[in-house]
Amino acid sequence: MGRGAVRSLDEIGYSAALLGESLRWVFAGRRWRQPVRLAAVAAQMTEMGILALPIATLLSATVGLMLAIQSLYSLGLFGAESLAHVGIALSVTREFSPLIMGILVAGRSGSALAARLATMSINQELDALKVIGVDPVRFLVAPALLALVVMLPVLTMWANLVALAAAGLYVSTALDLSMAAYLSGTIAVLSPGDLWHGLGKSTLFAVLIVLVGVVNGSLVAGGAEGVGRATTRSVVQGISAIVVTDMIFAFVVTQ
Amino acid sequence: MGAPGSRRPGPRSPAAPDGAAVLEVHHLDAHYGSVQVLFDVNLTVQAGEVMVIMGGSGSGKSTLLRHLLGLEVPSAGSLTVLGRNMSRLDPLELTGLRRQMGVAFQGGALFSSMTVAENVKLPLREHAELDETTMDIIARLKLEVVDLAGVGDLMPSELSGGMLKRAAVARAIVLDPKLLFFDEPSAGLDPAVAAAFDDLILRLRQAMDMTIVVVTHEMESAFKIADRITVLDRGRVLAVDSAEGLRGNPSRRIQNLLNRRPEDPEVDAAGYLRRLAGGA
Repeated sequence: MGRGAVRSLDEIGYSAALLGESLRWVFAGRRWRQPVRLAAVAAQMTEMGILALPIATLLSATVGLMLAIQSLYSLGLFGAESLAHVGIALSVTREFSPLIMGILVAGRSGSALAARLATMSINQELDALKVIGVDPVRFLVAPALLALVVMLPVLTMWANLVALAAAGLYVSTALDLSMAAYLSGTIAVLSPGDLWHGLGKSTLFAVLIVLVGVVNGSLVAGGAEGVGRATTRSVVQGISAIVVTDMIFAFVVTQ
Repeated sequence: MGAPGSRRPGPRSPAAPDGAAVLEVHHLDAHYGSVQVLFDVNLTVQAGEVMVIMGGSGSGKSTLLRHLLGLEVPSAGSLTVLGRNMSRLDPLELTGLRRQMGVAFQGGALFSSMTVAENVKLPLREHAELDETTMDIIARLKLEVVDLAGVGDLMPSELSGGMLKRAAVARAIVLDPKLLFFDEPSAGLDPAVAAAFDDLILRLRQAMDMTIVVVTHEMESAFKIADRITVLDRGRVLAVDSAEGLRGNPSRRIQNLLNRRPEDPEVDAAGYLRRLAGGA
């Protein structure tokens, strides 16, 4: 128990140092003639964002439909089905899109990052980078961080659009409304603050996913079995961190 | 962690050539956690020589290499590489120093997500402001030097063990370093390929006028390539001498190591009884 607590504190400290160092490379790397390579950032954006679009679309549409079904059922108990778009719009933009996209990316990219770094550590590739005179944080961590801080909010915005459209299709069919009427009602309900609430959370989730993946990957021990453990640990810790942060964020922002 | 003045002097280097020292280790101690793995290590490598650091498993040779490369910070003592005291360098100065050093790791440590040519070009891309065509030409040239012409477009996973090691050498020499390190170059290679690799090391020294430090446990290879050999045993330097000097060394431990004879364990009856009784 004591050892676990010390290890957790150690990892939190390491994460903070990694974040600080990554930001230092992003902002000062060019001055030191060691910039964070844009090609590496673009490659990570493709891997973490663009290639996640199909599964992100499927999940968002499913969440939108699920919310529509539940909203019509629960509001139907009070005869208030016509207000379904209010609950759907607010829950999608403020809660479901950032949360589902965060969990998806933690499972997909956080684990990949942990596995990649763990494998590189075991194969001495991280040592090789250091002795070549390339800082692994600049070369591996900063591009991933930059890429995900951009792409997770983009995925969240995409998820908003898809989920609201899917919910609109179901609600408008069930209530015999036009899609245009549903969408105009949704737009009237939403304020920029609702969108920023979700996008702000997704930015925070992006930082958490990268740091959890990097810490678990770079502290790997125990060969191939260790890579598996690091990957699993990264997914579990990443999702847990997202859910807990989500609650804290919602509490703080709504006070 | 004691004061340097309280130490016993380490073994002298009787066969050291007269060139300037490019690597000096003074009274180096190293720990992993609370376990001390290197004890008062002293070592000098002269310009242009091939120094082999030899020892059995657990002798501390890999730990010593990690310290020489600046990957670990010593608990005590100092390390001077190419005239720079490593403990006094800030990260940017250390990066500058590393541009003058090359390392070929045991398994190659090529980046698996890049082609062989991209691996070789990486140090150029990071440290030299060259156009892509020039980098391509240099990468092909270095691959030719290590007899790997035409494999630039392959991925590391498509290479054999020996080819991986050669590609790692091509990457290590791409910036024409003054000091080149090899970690277990013959490990995992069949005798013919290992012998060819030894020849490559000697050829590089001659062609590129480099100082070479090789960490290995392969005696045949060590005797073939070394100007001098440092024998490490249980974290301590046992001897620094030429291959001939070592063969004639009267130390039983050195002769056991050279002739692959196991050490007779010292009998500790009291300790044995304590362990049986479940004590510490």
